Amino acid sequence: MTDPTPTRTLVIEREMPHPQEKIWRALTQGQLIEEWLMSNDFQPVVGHHFTFRATPVPGWDGVIDCEVLVVDPISRLSYTWGTLGLGSIVAWTLTPTQTGTRVRMEQSGFPSEESASYKGAKYGWQKFLGNLERIVERIG
Amino acid sequence: MPAAANHVFKALADPTRRSIFEGLTRDGEQTVHALTRRAGISQPAVSKHLLILKRARLVGHRHQGRETHYSARPQALAPLVDWMAQYGAFWQNRFDQLENLLNRMDK
Repeated sequence: MTDPTPTRTLVIEREMPHPQEKIWRALTQGQLIEEWLMSNDFQPVVGHHFTFRATPVPGWDGVIDCEVLVVDPISRLSYTWGTLGLGSIVAWTLTPTQTGTRVRMEQSGFPSEESASYKGAKYGWQKFLGNLERIVERIG
Repeated sequence: MPAAANHVFKALADPTRRSIFEGLTRDGEQTVHALTRRAGISQPAVSKHLLILKRARLVGHRHQGRETHYSARPQALAPLVDWMAQYGAFWQNRFDQLENLLNRMDK
């Protein structure tokens, strides 16, 4: 019907002084994932549907619906990430370095500023941001 | 989350409404007739979607003669943009926790 919406991508990259295999385990074993991300029923199987669960807060049930898209041991992992009716994709890439591993997380699929000519207007979203901060803290 | 942000999230959760919103953003103001032609669904269905977009303040309208012209109000996307910024903070925090875990794990 129309062209796909240009989307925003969030990239976070960090080099960690740990072997790639160890980081892969932390990204793909449910119990380990829970220790740094959220409780989950993840399985490293393409097509597996699972959820991440955070503490619910008013306006958000704390559930993130996901499906595994890519499992390429020990370098690439990707899953869909759906919450509040908005879908995105989370993709992990592990690359060995001289001293450890570069960990790259790319989350894409959000509506972009550009697609909507978003002008950076602020409309008093302080309360909204406050709520989000509390969400982040509570699931922290 | 305040009602306004909920309305924006809910309005954009539907692919037809996203498509209507994108069309208005890209091509500017349009009548409900023009939007119906493009959407390939009935006019009452389009009107219903427009109502939800208006409630989220993503779409504005003005009357001219017998026609109503609809236009996008992209500044209403502010909650989404801020949500993204928060996601950045969210993931940075998770990366910290991942590193903490790695430090605790057996070699």
